[in-house]
Amino acid sequence: MLDLIEPFMQWMPESLANVSIIVMKITALLVPLLLGVAYLTLAERKVIGYIQVRIGPNRVGPRGLLQPIADALKLLTKEIILPSSANRFLFLVGPVLAIAPAVAAWAVIPFDDGMVIADVNAGLLYILAMTSMGVYGVIIAGWASNSKYAFLGALRSAAQIVSYEIAMGFAIVGVLLAAGSLNIGEIVLAQQGGVWQWFWLPLLPLFFIYFISGVAETNRAPFDVAEGESEIVAGFHVEYSGMAFAVFFLAEYANMILVAALTSLLFWGGWLSPLEGILPASVFDIAVIGALLGPGIHWFLLKTAFFLFVFLWLRATFPRYRYDQIMRLGWKVFIPITIVWLLLVGWAVVDHWAPWFD
Amino acid sequence: MNVVTNYIKSLFLIELFKGLRLTFGYLGQKKITVQYPEEKTPLSPRFRGLHALRRYPNGEERCIACKLCEAVCPALAIKIESTKRDDGTRRTTRYDIDLTKCIFCGYCEESCPVDSIVETDIFEYHGEQRGDLLMTKEKLLAVGDKYEKQIAKNRELDAPYR
Repeated sequence: MLDLIEPFMQWMPESLANVSIIVMKITALLVPLLLGVAYLTLAERKVIGYIQVRIGPNRVGPRGLLQPIADALKLLTKEIILPSSANRFLFLVGPVLAIAPAVAAWAVIPFDDGMVIADVNAGLLYILAMTSMGVYGVIIAGWASNSKYAFLGALRSAAQIVSYEIAMGFAIVGVLLAAGSLNIGEIVLAQQGGVWQWFWLPLLPLFFIYFISGVAETNRAPFDVAEGESEIVAGFHVEYSGMAFAVFFLAEYANMILVAALTSLLFWGGWLSPLEGILPASVFDIAVIGALLGPGIHWFLLKTAFFLFVFLWLRATFPRYRYDQIMRLGWKVFIPITIVWLLLVGWAVVDHWAPWFD
Repeated sequence: MNVVTNYIKSLFLIELFKGLRLTFGYLGQKKITVQYPEEKTPLSPRFRGLHALRRYPNGEERCIACKLCEAVCPALAIKIESTKRDDGTRRTTRYDIDLTKCIFCGYCEESCPVDSIVETDIFEYHGEQRGDLLMTKEKLLAVGDKYEKQIAKNRELDAPYR
């Protein structure tokens, strides 16, 4: 791809060419990401519908495939209502603060070997920083709305995200202990050698805790007390309408995709093929089939899609947690388990336990 | 012992996985959705929809203005005025049902001694302006004339149970 556009870059000053290449990369990532977000909403409605023995939206376009477009158009044309007693500036900054980190975190996600916008060595640290920033959008939105429901939702979500950040952070520490690197690409490469080499097996409890904390971090069911429509109407975004509301929606779904992608990268070998180590190595040299069976972006996307499905599946299955139970789970269950497992992993790494840490 | 098993059950998310398995089973099941305008659910012959006034086969209207339906109507949706006709029979001059008041309980149909006021199985109707849902005698008779076949068939189907 880059070779193709190289001749056009010749006449530009080098700095300008660099910037335009970066912008192109960002566009190439953002457009599919936002499309993915749009169609994730459709997938959610379809999957939940199917689990409830309904068929879900099927009127707009063939099999309902244009539904997200119709939704987007509807939200775009609606009025953004500013509550008269709201803090106007913060009210509008809230959604921006919610979506910016959700999108920015994608900079360090590798889709394939080397296929990453910013190949930074502190990638995982950057991810942790960015996902923690998302909570500011929620808090500011809840505060600026000047509404009791919004404020309660913001408080709940802040407490929840801060609590689960710790368990999530510990789970990630387990991964970086096992991989010996903070660079996400290197973490994936450390898992090479087939399904049984991937980190989900040696770090099984950490994998579950990471995923569950991820669900809690994104305020998704069954941890969606921040929205809790049966208790506090819609939580932090009650006062939002039109595109401002849609931006919160985009941020939530972008975060979902991010957590699913990270789960597949950190614990399920990212773009590595599950057939490695099962099929003989010569199979991967066959022209087309080899490329399909071998490692590649398609495996990464498949794994991410699977974890997104699990997100929707959880939402269709479980009722909302009670608030004190959420706190109990985060502080009294997840954190102790992660700490114990961290010690174990540390021991295993020092002792070079085969076959994972040799 | 029970405490221990419960602890293990909750620690390993056993019951949560059971729930997930259950919902996954429903994912592939045949969907029960009825795609309404194209598909419709079957209606019972007792279905209580839009009202109609019926006639005898010779064209004479059945209603004898006994006002039992007006008396029994719990929503006070029926208004009847009557007069003596030239041939000495008593007939209605006015028979109004306000569909916005009607609760479709079917008491008017039950109370009618001559099976005149009936509820048909028509439920897809609407009014576009004020007064459209105020059914006058003419409108009710028109509905009865138009759907007499269906009305008679439904009465016949339900007759053994009355």
